[in-house]
Amino acid sequence: MSVAEAPVAVEDQEPLHRRLGITDDELVAIRERLAGREPNELELAMFSVMWSEHCSYKSSRPLLRTLPTGTAEDGVVAGPGENAGVISIGDGLAVAFKIESHNHPSAVEPTQGAATGVGGILRDIFTMGARPVAVLDALRFGDPGDPRTRHLVEGVVAGVGGYGNCVGVPTIGGELVFDPSYQGNPLVNVMAIGLLEERDLTLAAAPGVGNLVVLFGSTTGRDGIGGASVLASATFADDDPSKRPSVQVGDPFAEKLLIEASLELIRDRLVVGLQDLGAGGITCATSETADRAGTGMRIELAAIPRREPAMEPFEVLISESQERMLAIVEPHRWDTVRAVCERWGLPVAVIGRVTADGDIAIVAENGAELARIPAAALTSDAIVHERLAAAPVRRRHAPAPGAADSAASGTDGLPERGMDPGAVLVALLGSANLASRRAVYEQYDSSVQANTVEGPGHGASVIRIKGTTKALVATTDGNQAIGAIDPWLGAAMSVAEATRNVAITGARPLGVTNCLNYGDPTRPEAFWQLTEGVRGLADACRALGVPVTGGNVSLYNESPAGAIAPTPEIGVVGLLEDVGTLVRPGWRRAGDRILLVGESTPGLAGSAYAALAGLAAEDGPPSLDLDRERRVQAFVREAAERGLLASAQDVSGGGLAVALAECCLWAGDRHGPGIGALVRLPVASSPAVDLFGESPSRLVVSAVPRHVPALVLLARHHGLPIRDIGEVGAPGSGVDDESADAPGPRLVVELHGSGATGAAEDRGSRVADALIVGLDELRHAWDGGLARALGWEVR
Amino acid sequence: MSVRIGVVVFPGSNRDIDAVNALEVAGAEPVTLWHEDVSLDGVAGILVPGGFAYGDYLRAGVIARFSPIVRAIRGFADEGGPVLGICNGFQVLTEAHLLPGALLRNRGLRFVSREVSIAPERLDTAFTRAIGGRRPLRMPVAHGEGAYYADEATLDELEGAGQVLFRYVRPDGSAAGGEEDRANPNGSLRAIAGVLNTAGNVAGLMPHPETAVEAVLGSDDGLGIIASFVASAAELERAGGPALVTAGSPG
Repeated sequence: MSVAEAPVAVEDQEPLHRRLGITDDELVAIRERLAGREPNELELAMFSVMWSEHCSYKSSRPLLRTLPTGTAEDGVVAGPGENAGVISIGDGLAVAFKIESHNHPSAVEPTQGAATGVGGILRDIFTMGARPVAVLDALRFGDPGDPRTRHLVEGVVAGVGGYGNCVGVPTIGGELVFDPSYQGNPLVNVMAIGLLEERDLTLAAAPGVGNLVVLFGSTTGRDGIGGASVLASATFADDDPSKRPSVQVGDPFAEKLLIEASLELIRDRLVVGLQDLGAGGITCATSETADRAGTGMRIELAAIPRREPAMEPFEVLISESQERMLAIVEPHRWDTVRAVCERWGLPVAVIGRVTADGDIAIVAENGAELARIPAAALTSDAIVHERLAAAPVRRRHAPAPGAADSAASGTDGLPERGMDPGAVLVALLGSANLASRRAVYEQYDSSVQANTVEGPGHGASVIRIKGTTKALVATTDGNQAIGAIDPWLGAAMSVAEATRNVAITGARPLGVTNCLNYGDPTRPEAFWQLTEGVRGLADACRALGVPVTGGNVSLYNESPAGAIAPTPEIGVVGLLEDVGTLVRPGWRRAGDRILLVGESTPGLAGSAYAALAGLAAEDGPPSLDLDRERRVQAFVREAAERGLLASAQDVSGGGLAVALAECCLWAGDRHGPGIGALVRLPVASSPAVDLFGESPSRLVVSAVPRHVPALVLLARHHGLPIRDIGEVGAPGSGVDDESADAPGPRLVVELHGSGATGAAEDRGSRVADALIVGLDELRHAWDGGLARALGWEVR
Repeated sequence: MSVRIGVVVFPGSNRDIDAVNALEVAGAEPVTLWHEDVSLDGVAGILVPGGFAYGDYLRAGVIARFSPIVRAIRGFADEGGPVLGICNGFQVLTEAHLLPGALLRNRGLRFVSREVSIAPERLDTAFTRAIGGRRPLRMPVAHGEGAYYADEATLDELEGAGQVLFRYVRPDGSAAGGEEDRANPNGSLRAIAGVLNTAGNVAGLMPHPETAVEAVLGSDDGLGIIASFVASAAELERAGGPALVTAGSPG
């Protein structure tokens, strides 16, 4: 098979460059970079992968330049452009982290697609010299009741678990979200975190003319030909079996050996540069490392170890076979490097040398030069497209911070007279998006390495750093429901929520990594969504003082069913100086006071409640005040530091009622029933907004009564509203509802004020409205909700 | 001087990190033993840790049993040296017939990772003597092939001979049922979580006591098991025990 016979629309008579996904304009640009010369077939194939959206960021690069990337003051020692962001955390240690997508491979072959997604992001971490210590996976699918969705969920979960479990890196958190817009195009975003000694920081560069270019790990085969160009950079037709060979196949056992060998090579200072092979294979790894160092490379094609005979040169050069690494080695270290690789049972070979000419030259066994391309032309000097962005005409603006949105108030419709808000809460807690994720995360090893302080299931995840008092706190968050209404707001809210989730543990968010999942950038509306999303990301990160240290862009997330809702997936890693001060979201003890920080603003659009009630998304989302968000996070960190908090939870999906229910269920001994609460809530506009609205920058904290005055003062100092709304573990006294004599702990929320509907009064209660639910009923809904939605056995 | 305990590292071991940490917490000196080693480096006890030895693509532990280090472990065990296999290590020891029974695929057919409770059947063994009481011990499981299996006669025999070391229990300490009971995470027969060989010097269990040795990680209930093992190894070494059969000198 030659390039011309590559698996792309073989039958049509288009010129080769178009069949490889290169436009006529791009061909002109390629000629310019080859001093006017026509590229040969092999060179065209190399350009086609490197100038793919996935490798070149040709649509998004100008936008990404607007992100705040941090400075040495923020501790950033490696930022965007490296394989992973690296931030110093003191004691000579640093943390490396990054999130990346594997959406299209997972749609075609869910198990291998997801598995190789985990493998790829782990390699990005240990390439930097860091030992991978945690994985978080953010997964998004369509309707959980649909058989194809269930097939995808089953496969993706098996892939993430199968790979992570074997390779010995704990999966400590992530997300699982169902939304109709992902029906034809699921999202599989995987984040990995690594720890390194700062002096072991290794960059993916190829310095030193005459140094050896060494390939180690698995051999090179025909799997994953054109993964970057065929799969990741074009919109998507359902179930196209012809694309299956483009999906790579993962071998976690080989990855485990690769981790140990790579870290040994770095620890013993045996390599001067290291790069993993991902999208674009050898072409990408050689050109990127050479370009970063301003060097070139002469690659001997025949020296590359293969797993099958008769591979064409282009196949060898663009194959995305997994579990391979490229090392730059000084010649006198070669024998030692080979010995280390062989000890770990990994094939290793010298495939070329670093040159001074700045070109990637591919040489055949007989000495003939098969390709010569300036390294920069493939990477930093790749083409950039100025895409057209256009907002859709029917767009409504989000209300300005603080302003009441007239369209949003008074239209909630719930709770209607006689309707029980407790039933709404039970339905929300048991819904596919808010129920416990246990049925999935119990398939992932979350405890290996003996560092997991807080695994999946209860807000942000926490791992301690052995040999120190410190801990890392990590989370991923993405808000597609708001993003579909207002892509700026969706991105900014995602950053706000992710950093808030880290801050409520008492940790300081160190940095943001992001996976920007959007549609076809050649469609002006999709590109506008991306533009707005990046703007929201940049605005929020600037306002909250968190640098963006890297990430990944995934475009063309479209299927015949349409484009996905804009989904900026935000990963945050925070540092807790003393793991002993960790604040958890569940109540700690009966008798503590419950305080609500912040206040709700109108707007139910994009909420879980709106989805449940079938409300049109047009009634306006809640507003976000980034300055208030910053103050909320500063408040909670300071309160945690001063030891004032017994618990802290943020208000997000499902609103205040769900936040309170989670505080009850997650309380105390994890095997116990939980601890109830009695809350008295003033209602300003409508019970639905106050109970189930998802306006941001709000916290539910609990504290021993004697700390309440200090908390109130602290909140005022930060200019934040704070209100004592109730007591942890209080009996249901004061509510003469018929269920008052139900056994076991309960969550009781009495609603007072002009906005209350009087529904409970009608039922003979003294209060206007009341939400009264037993924790056993809440737990039943929450615990098995996901398994029920997916049709799995509840166990 | 603290007692030296070997931690076997196969390609694909991953709880070796946890094992080393637990041994340090228990006051022992961990020594890594590479799968190609034939010398046991004079260690007083051997811990075979969790993971996916050689990838476990065929069946957990089935390739590892043929490795040079397992031959050396067999000799060490035959001479009475204490050997503890955890998770994949348990699988390796059953495949090597150093322990009775087999570990089948979890009855739920899915990998299971969560906290479970187990209770020791006996408090007088080399692996349970420091636990102090028969109470539920909380620790994680993380495996895909952990359903303990042996034929009925063998199970009766094991129970009769006191070779059932740990069973899964409910958090309140009551006995766990069969595969329908969440407390029995993998559907092990008679809720068996760990067993002992007839000589009493080789034990294996599926849960991870080595990951539950510090309160900051949610439980330190596993420390009693690790400490028992370390104390037994130290005692045997002082008596001039298994070190006699190893190539190296006692530590």
